[in-house]
Amino acid sequence: MEALLALFIGVTAGSGVFLLLRARTFDVVLGMTLLSYAVNVFIFATGRLAINTAPIIDGSRTTALAQYADPLPQALVLTAIVIGFAMTALLLVIALRTRAEAQSDHVDGREPDASVAASSETGQ
Amino acid sequence: MNGSNLIIAPIVLPLLAGAVALLLERRSPRAAAAVSILTTLALCGISIRLVAAAADGAVGAYLLGNWPAPFGIVLALDMLSALMLLLASIVAVASVIYACGRGAHGRHDERSRHFHALFQFQLMGLNGAFLTADLFNLFVFFEVLLIASYGLLLHGAGVERLRASVHYVVFNLAGSALFLIAVSTLYGLVGTLNMADVAQRMANVPAGSAGLLQAAALLLIVVFGVKAAIFPLYFWLTDTYGAATAPVAALFVIMTKVGVYCIARTTTLMFAADAGAAAFVAEPWLSWLALATLALAAFGALAATHLRRLVAYLVLASAGMLLLAVGLGSAGTISAGLFYLVHSTVVTAALFLLVDSLAASRGEAGDHMVPAPMASVGGYGTLYFMLAVAAAGLPPFGGFLGKSLLLVASRSESWAVGVWAVVLLSSLGMVVALARAGSTVFWKAESPNAMQSAAARASAPGRGALALLTFAACGVALWAGPIARYTDAAARQLLERKDYVAAVLGAKPALPAWNPRANMDKAK
Repeated sequence: MEALLALFIGVTAGSGVFLLLRARTFDVVLGMTLLSYAVNVFIFATGRLAINTAPIIDGSRTTALAQYADPLPQALVLTAIVIGFAMTALLLVIALRTRAEAQSDHVDGREPDASVAASSETGQ
Repeated sequence: MNGSNLIIAPIVLPLLAGAVALLLERRSPRAAAAVSILTTLALCGISIRLVAAAADGAVGAYLLGNWPAPFGIVLALDMLSALMLLLASIVAVASVIYACGRGAHGRHDERSRHFHALFQFQLMGLNGAFLTADLFNLFVFFEVLLIASYGLLLHGAGVERLRASVHYVVFNLAGSALFLIAVSTLYGLVGTLNMADVAQRMANVPAGSAGLLQAAALLLIVVFGVKAAIFPLYFWLTDTYGAATAPVAALFVIMTKVGVYCIARTTTLMFAADAGAAAFVAEPWLSWLALATLALAAFGALAATHLRRLVAYLVLASAGMLLLAVGLGSAGTISAGLFYLVHSTVVTAALFLLVDSLAASRGEAGDHMVPAPMASVGGYGTLYFMLAVAAAGLPPFGGFLGKSLLLVASRSESWAVGVWAVVLLSSLGMVVALARAGSTVFWKAESPNAMQSAAARASAPGRGALALLTFAACGVALWAGPIARYTDAAARQLLERKDYVAAVLGAKPALPAWNPRANMDKAK
C-alpha cells in the first residue's frame, strides 16, 4: 500500500509541476490543482497508513495507541483542502480576467511573438 | 502578561473591522474608511502596550480556546514579535491614511471596492503570523495575508497589474504547496506542530531520518525565502511592487519582513545547536544568498528606469541586509539586523508614498526617470533627498547606524572582508542610483503649466501620511539608543529561547469564570 500511495503522490506531483511550468494559464491552473491533490494526500500519509482504526477515542476499543489513527493530519488535510480550493477558484478568476483584458491566455499576458513585434515597433 | 487577552487583540480587531467595513462600504464608503483608520490607530496603541509589556523580557503566551499547550494552538508574544507588530501598525496607519487621499485617479481607496476590508484582513494575517507559535497556524495566517494581498494587488486593476498578479499568485500558491509538504514532513518526523515543542523534540528524531529532517527544514526556509524575496526567489517582487498602488505597495513592504521574521524565528528556535541533524541547517546558505541578493539589488537599482522599480529594489536590498544579519547569526548581527529592519521598513514605505505623489504631479511622465514638467520641485526634492539619504544608509539616519552596527558585529567572522565589501559596494550602488534618479527628476525638471501647478500639491491625507513616516524615520535616528537596547535584548532573547519554550509549553489553561457544564457534571 505504501508503494502504491508513494507512486500516486509522485506521479501526481510530477504532472502538476510539469503543467505548472507551461505557458498557458489553463495548464497552470490544472497543474496547481494536481499539485494540491498530491500535497493533500501527502499530508494525510504523514499520519502513517492504517486500516480499520478510528481517529477518536470512543470507548469501544482498547485504548492502545495501535488501535487509533492519528487525527491531526486528518484535521490538517481538511484545512489544506479548503484553502487550496479557495485559492484555485481565485486563480481561475484572475486567469479569466487576464484572458479577457489582455486578449491572451499566455501567463505573461501577451503572446511571445507579439511582444517582440510590439517592442521593435516602439523601438525599445 | 501571561494569559493576558490583549495578545489576541491584534488578530481579532482587524478581523472584526474588516467585517464591519464590508458591511458599511456599500452604504457609506466614508464610514468604512473611518472604521479602518480608527482600527489601525487602535492597533498602534495596542502594539505600543504590547511592546511595553514585552520589554522586560517576559514572554507572554495565549492559549487559543483554552486548550493546554502542545495540543492546542498557542500565541506567543516575545520582544521580536512585539516589535514587528508595532512596525506593521505604524506602516498600516500611514498607508491607510494615504489611501484616503486623492491621487491621480481620485481617492486611492475608491478605485475599486473592498479596499478597507482587504486591508484589515491583510493586517490580521500579518499580525497572526507574527504572534503564532504553531507551524500549521503559521501556514493558515500566511494564506490569510496572501489571499488579502492578491485582492489588494488587483485593487484598481489594469492589464499591467493583472499580469503581475498572475505571476505573484501562481508563485505564492506553489510556495504554499511546498510549505504544506515541509510542515507535514516535519510533523511526520517530530510528531508535533508547536514550534517550542518541535524545538525540544528535534534531537529525538532517529538518525536514519536525518536526511528527511534536513530536507523538511530547508524546504521551510525556501518557503520563507519566497516571502522574504531572497535570491533566487525574488523575481516576483519588483513586478509586484512596481504594479501595486502606492498604499498597497507601502503595506507590502512589511510583507517581505514576515519572511525574514519567520526565518529568524525558525532558525533560532527550531534549527538551533541542539536540533540534532537539523542544527544550523540553513546557516551555510543564508549568508551567501543574502550577499547575492544585496549585490543584485544594487545592480537592479542602477538599471531601473522607473522610480517605483528603484524603490522596489531598495526593498530587496533591505531584505538582503536582514537575511545577512540572520545568516551570520550572532546576537550582535541579529540585533543590528532588527535595528536596520525598523529603519528600512519605515523609509521604503515612505518612499513608495512619496514616489506616488511625485508621479501624480508629473502628469504623463509619471514615475519614469525622464526630465518632465513638474511643480513644487523644492518640497518634493527636499523630502526625496532626505529619504534617499536615509535609504542608502548615509548618516545621520538610522540606516547608517544599522549598517555600521552590522559591519562591526560581523568583524569576527572568518570572511568578514567579503561581507564588508559587498555591503559597502551595494550601498555605493544605491547612492549612485538614488542620486542619478534625483538629479534627473528634480534638477532637470521643466517649468510646469498652470494645470500641473494646481495638481502638484499632494492631498492633505497624503501629506499627513508622508509626514508621519518621515517623522518615524527621523525618530529611529533620534532614539537610536533606546531602540538599539531593545533590539539587543530581543536578539539575546531570540538566541536564548528557553524563556520562549518555557512560556509556550508552560502556559496553564485559565479557569473559566462561569462553567456551563458544572451543574451537568454534578448531576452525574
